[in-house]
Amino acid sequence: MDFLQPRSWADALAARAERPDAVPIAGGTDLMVDLNFDRRRPGALLDLGRVAELREWSVGDGAGGGRTVRLGAGVPYARIVDELGDRLPGLAMAARTVGSPQIRVRGTVGGNLGSASPAGDAHPPLLAVGAVIEVESAARGARRIPAADFYTGVKRSALAEDELIAAVLLPEAAGPQQFCKVGTRNAMVIAVSAFACALHPDRKAVGTGIGSAAPTPRRAPEAEEFLAGELDSAGLWDSRGELPETLARAFGERVAAAASPIDDVRGSAAYRRHSLSVMARRSVLWAWTQYQHDLRKAA
Amino acid sequence: MRITTTVNGTRHDVDDVWPGESLLYVLRERMGLPGSKNACEQGECGSCTVYLDGEPVCACLVAAGQAIDREITTVEGLATGEGLHPVQEAFVEAGAVQCGFCTPGLLVAAHDLLERVPDPSDLEIREALAGNLCRCTGYEKILDAVRLAASRQARA
Repeated sequence: MDFLQPRSWADALAARAERPDAVPIAGGTDLMVDLNFDRRRPGALLDLGRVAELREWSVGDGAGGGRTVRLGAGVPYARIVDELGDRLPGLAMAARTVGSPQIRVRGTVGGNLGSASPAGDAHPPLLAVGAVIEVESAARGARRIPAADFYTGVKRSALAEDELIAAVLLPEAAGPQQFCKVGTRNAMVIAVSAFACALHPDRKAVGTGIGSAAPTPRRAPEAEEFLAGELDSAGLWDSRGELPETLARAFGERVAAAASPIDDVRGSAAYRRHSLSVMARRSVLWAWTQYQHDLRKAA
Repeated sequence: MRITTTVNGTRHDVDDVWPGESLLYVLRERMGLPGSKNACEQGECGSCTVYLDGEPVCACLVAAGQAIDREITTVEGLATGEGLHPVQEAFVEAGAVQCGFCTPGLLVAAHDLLERVPDPSDLEIREALAGNLCRCTGYEKILDAVRLAASRQARA
């Protein structure tokens, strides 16, 4: 096994192109487990830890007049919690639930995407805000893949063999965002099921992301359209009146219907569906309460 | 491959390291520093917690090459001089050590917490130690030890 340690993004892309048998490693929190247990023996490790560009984030103008955060693929979860809680509240909440302190200082969103496990904690909030994944190869340059198109199967993604994940582009939050995750304890949990929601009052839209309850992380588009439509027709986006419990419940049922979970060691399909409906109902009520509170703060 | 790294303030050069090896293996088997314990090898138990450039990490999840030119502090490096570090003293006095296997990792995690948060709440202690498993103590004595170390640190 070889150990490749590029010092720049260009060198990393060149190494990726040259060595299709190399496996990229960032925080190592997933890959090293496979190496330790001899489940995987790649021809080379491509260590991205020395590529400074990957560990940076910046804010720029986004589509539609908003601001966009460009989050380097190698920014560890601990820094997302510390530095981006205001701009990316949903992702920061999810980041807080990742593993343990030791895992959060190492693990990265790029790693979560590279592994593309349906249980990855970062995926639901990326889906809920319509994040875009920026990938790049030495041969074809950069391209952008919407998160919803990135996940193609269990631990499979749209990433080509010669590509690396450069960054994730996320709109700065225009409204409240929430994240929930079910597991057996508060730390060190692989999600039994997870859910993220985002209110986008600027375009009167609702975003969702489901984790651990389908072959890939996925949105619940019908639930999104249903809730946004109901809020609109009741004039609630403008009045910021109470969100009826019945509406939140109906939203939760639609979120659960969007999942296609399986029975496994962590939980049954029925439990995953049920927990999703509960998480969706609760989290949207939390988000709505925040939305009402935001107005009082602004007033 | 050759690994050059600084561990507990001393520069180490180690040759013939297999690139898929973990930092934990290098520390224990190649540098003769068995303080960091090897238990789960999957980042679940925290018994291999060491500082990597000042941050507590699971050494089992760091590839050996990722430690090149980095500064590492293991449990062996917490105390300076002959005696124990105050966090270690507190663990002994509070009865936070039973079989001792989880202790090195918990010491590093507790040391890190008290460096960042001198007077932690119980919630902060629990959160900081959430990545460290102990199968003997039931954790209460460990929490006592961290509180004891914090109170002594405040008086010092």
